Amino acid sequence: MSETATATKQKTVKFIITRQDSPDSNPFIEEFELEWRPNMTVNSSLMEIQRNPVNCKGKTVDPVSWEANCLEEVCGACSMVINGTPRQACTALVDNLSQPIHVEPMTTFPVMRDLAVDRSQMFDALKRVKAWVPIDGTHDLGPGPRMPEVDRQWRYELSKCMTCGVCLQACPNVNANSNFIGPFAVAQVDLFNNHPSGSMNKQERTEALIEDGGLQECGNSQNCVQACPKGIPLTTAIGRMNRESTKHLFRKWLSI
Amino acid sequence: MSTHRSFFNRRLHSLLGVIPVGFFLLEHLWTNYHATQGAAAFEEKVNWLWGIPFLPVLEIFFIFLPLMYHGVYGLYIAFTAQNNVGNFGTFRNVMFMLQRVTGVITLIFVAIHVWQTRVQVALDGMTASELSRQTAEVLSNPVNVTLYLIGIVAAIFHFSNGMWSFLVSWGITVGPRAQRVSTWVWMGVFVILSYIGIRAMLAFTSPEFTSVLAR
Repeated sequence: MSETATATKQKTVKFIITRQDSPDSNPFIEEFELEWRPNMTVNSSLMEIQRNPVNCKGKTVDPVSWEANCLEEVCGACSMVINGTPRQACTALVDNLSQPIHVEPMTTFPVMRDLAVDRSQMFDALKRVKAWVPIDGTHDLGPGPRMPEVDRQWRYELSKCMTCGVCLQACPNVNANSNFIGPFAVAQVDLFNNHPSGSMNKQERTEALIEDGGLQECGNSQNCVQACPKGIPLTTAIGRMNRESTKHLFRKWLSI
Repeated sequence: MSTHRSFFNRRLHSLLGVIPVGFFLLEHLWTNYHATQGAAAFEEKVNWLWGIPFLPVLEIFFIFLPLMYHGVYGLYIAFTAQNNVGNFGTFRNVMFMLQRVTGVITLIFVAIHVWQTRVQVALDGMTASELSRQTAEVLSNPVNVTLYLIGIVAAIFHFSNGMWSFLVSWGITVGPRAQRVSTWVWMGVFVILSYIGIRAMLAFTSPEFTSVLAR
């Protein structure tokens, strides 16, 4: 009898969510208790709260706001801090998490509402470092150069970045006091500098990367590589760009 | 060019930490280690150093100013970081935090140490043997011994771990394997230098050292 009682009792999942009504309002904590279901994730739990937004006190509240899109850890939209770790809600299986589950927004970014944050600083950073291959024009440029297989393999790893913001949340040097653009941007410069056509604009990207708030703000805590959900070798990319900027520094200063 | 100011400042900070500040630390530990062979050996080394021509110029431009730059800019770096070892208890993140903590401790210790030894030497026009006596006197106080112990270990840690970061920041150790090997190498350096530094400090407190001075 008692076993059944315990089993029934365990069939719920408790969430402690840090919420915020607007970008300027103060954050507050709200608790929700949901019925356990097989294979449930933090994302599916948030969907459940959306359907039935009743908190632990039995009061109907505004549904929790968050962003989600692909639900298979490739878009990066549903990044949030789950039990202290920044990660995607869609792949955070409830059965693998210790309870109660603490869910907070990634506070490195401006919080828009509840768990939804504004990651536009990341897209600004990508624009700043020119993380693309400029080939647009009015005439046919002909076929591009071939890419060596070793470069392709390395670039494939870096290309997995989904601009989710986890590396920025994990980095102790990305915060309100600093203007560090974040580890992901460094890896994207490495990605496009190693593209055979992209390498033609290598100088511009490296120059932009070492402007204020750039690569030099890295303090080697190496949290980014630990936190990255896609397993991108971010610290190796940082090391490679450190080497590149050392060369750039000497090349430039010894030739002007 | 002005937009590259922070890159230039960070790289200069990194470079000055090794040359000349790191180099001076090694030289200083080496000179002081002679105290383990008695006051005479230590004083001989001190006199040799004091015999270097243009010593005040060297001290100002190759020790004091680089150290001040490294210290002040380092404080700015240390207080810009928002440590998060609570959520990320990985080895490197702990080292990141310790690098900043030991940097602040070292700066405070160096200020006290320079006051107690170098500034006093200049003010009182001390000889090498008077310097040994002064140092032995400072270290006869157990509070100072504890302070020096913490200060020496912090300075050596900051140097060893700083060398690890220097190699990363300049793009010398790039991949994870190179960085792992580098971690072991600088850990070894930390242990050896700590032994040298602590033995040198304890030499000034030993009865033989003080009895020679009394004579």
